[in-house]
Amino acid sequence: MRHPVRKPRRSAYSGSRINPKHFSAGQIKFYLLLLPLAAFMVIPVIMIVNRAFMSLGELHAFPPRILASRFTLDNFRALFQMSSTTGVPMSRYLFNSVVVTALTVLMNLLISVSSAYVLSKKRFRLREKLFSINQLALMFVPTAVAVPRYIIIVNSGMLNTIWAHVLPLVAMPVVLFLIKQFTDQIPDALIEAAVIDGAGDLAIIRRIIIPLTRPALATAAVLSFQQVWGTVEASNNFITDDSLRTLAFYLNAISTNNAVSAAGMTAAASLILFLPNLLIFIIMQSKVMNTMSHSGIK
Amino acid sequence: MTEKRTPPRYRVSARARRDRLMSGLLLLPYALPFTMFILVPVVVAALLSFTFFDVINRPVFTGFLNYITVFTQDTVFMKNVLPNTFLYALVVGPGGYALSFLVAWMLTQLQRLPRTILALCIYTPSMLGSVFIGVVWRAIFSGDQSGFVNYLLLELGLTDQPIQFLLTRDYFMLIMVIVSLWSAMGIGFLAMISGILNVNEELYEAAYVDGLRNRFQEIIYITIPSMKPQMLFGAVMAIVNAFNMGWIGVTLAGANPTPEYAGQLITNHIDDYGFIRYEMGYAAALSVILLVVVYLFNRLAYRFFGEKEEAAA
Repeated sequence: MRHPVRKPRRSAYSGSRINPKHFSAGQIKFYLLLLPLAAFMVIPVIMIVNRAFMSLGELHAFPPRILASRFTLDNFRALFQMSSTTGVPMSRYLFNSVVVTALTVLMNLLISVSSAYVLSKKRFRLREKLFSINQLALMFVPTAVAVPRYIIIVNSGMLNTIWAHVLPLVAMPVVLFLIKQFTDQIPDALIEAAVIDGAGDLAIIRRIIIPLTRPALATAAVLSFQQVWGTVEASNNFITDDSLRTLAFYLNAISTNNAVSAAGMTAAASLILFLPNLLIFIIMQSKVMNTMSHSGIK
Repeated sequence: MTEKRTPPRYRVSARARRDRLMSGLLLLPYALPFTMFILVPVVVAALLSFTFFDVINRPVFTGFLNYITVFTQDTVFMKNVLPNTFLYALVVGPGGYALSFLVAWMLTQLQRLPRTILALCIYTPSMLGSVFIGVVWRAIFSGDQSGFVNYLLLELGLTDQPIQFLLTRDYFMLIMVIVSLWSAMGIGFLAMISGILNVNEELYEAAYVDGLRNRFQEIIYITIPSMKPQMLFGAVMAIVNAFNMGWIGVTLAGANPTPEYAGQLITNHIDDYGFIRYEMGYAAALSVILLVVVYLFNRLAYRFFGEKEEAAA
């Protein structure tokens, strides 16, 4: 018996349009929406970059200008000179920031990867519970506990030490979360094989986990860098000695204290704070996107 | 689940014991600072919220007085802070979240190169620190004629004198919301792009065979359900972000409190009482209220997108 072969009705389906290889007319409407949005997002950034290089006259020119007509480094020079009059040179703040950031990011990655390994690959009773506590802590709002944190810092003798900068930030729930989700993708067989070959936990972390979670570690580094580099919480609340405060604090202070007179300097300052963030993100961009595909909360 | 799989029927071997010890040691470097700066502070805040504490003298137990004061005596809280916080959190939280998803979805309809460039542009503001945000938006909304918005309004004849955007209450909240949405496309947004790109192609094809008709249905029936984990991650990030950005108002105004409390959010109120008036007990009570509210919002997100309910409990 012969049936007329009915082709399945799929008239509406023209192939998924996700991640297309070529331009098509259907994309025009998205460009029409996305281009203005992208412009709205970037124009303020372009403005600041230009203001950092504007001369004083141009900064206060009327009508206000967005683009600098002549680039000058006066603002940066003024910024460096001004710090020398307050007693603490800007290089000192920069040094503090670099040390604090490097130390925090490094510690953050090390402790997170070792915990992620245990939570992902070891079988023990509290495993799920511990991870769900960390997951709960994703919604933690640091400003809500500024007061208790201050009390803890004071009572542990960390006031006015570098640890007041570092320790409150080294345990970042979102970082542990991302690295753990990524570690879950590593096949258990690989680790079992390493155990049979006599590898200990540290060797497994060093030779298997770290190399295979590189994208997640890169993402973690980006996130942790962003958090630490720009934060003023520790400098504001836990440090009273000026020479131990960070660049972010100093630049923040300049911009709030001399809002009008130092318009160019504050623009220069914010550019200095922002550039490392941007560069690191651009370098790590593809790794970040790779990690994000494993970032889901199930 | 794991308890059942490893029943302690036989004696734990020396090797297993060593393994367990090692696991503990590897967890410790994270667990210690986590406990010290996240767990304990939350507990301390809860305890302090029942006391009067001025930092200098020992805390005095006052029962529920702080909470009662918050809701009956603190007119600034009831009249400004609470409505502001809810309005702000609702617009910036769910609003920013929906916007993130829509933008992420549109971006995935483009080829790789334009997508990457546009995504970078849109992600950039979330990388900017408070210094940057303050500087640029104060310049844009400056209250004299050299502010960009005022200049435009004057040129277009929409106003005959400059508007004090950041010094009066009229527009303050609106500006805060704009600035917050502007900087809200963070890692939750990136997670959504990845999530949409990873949805299995065959699902769409199968769904069209089953009678799916347009792209709106595609999003509702295929895309979102297949990327629930990323949607939940994005939601958690959006909520935390919405409650964490109190500094934006202070940065814009250059002072805490914000003009006529127009942009006063609960986090600013906490700062105000904690670090300006040194009423730590009262600030702690406000903190507890904030944490509870954030937790409730998250429960809601888990209800929508979570696959297992106990994750939120």
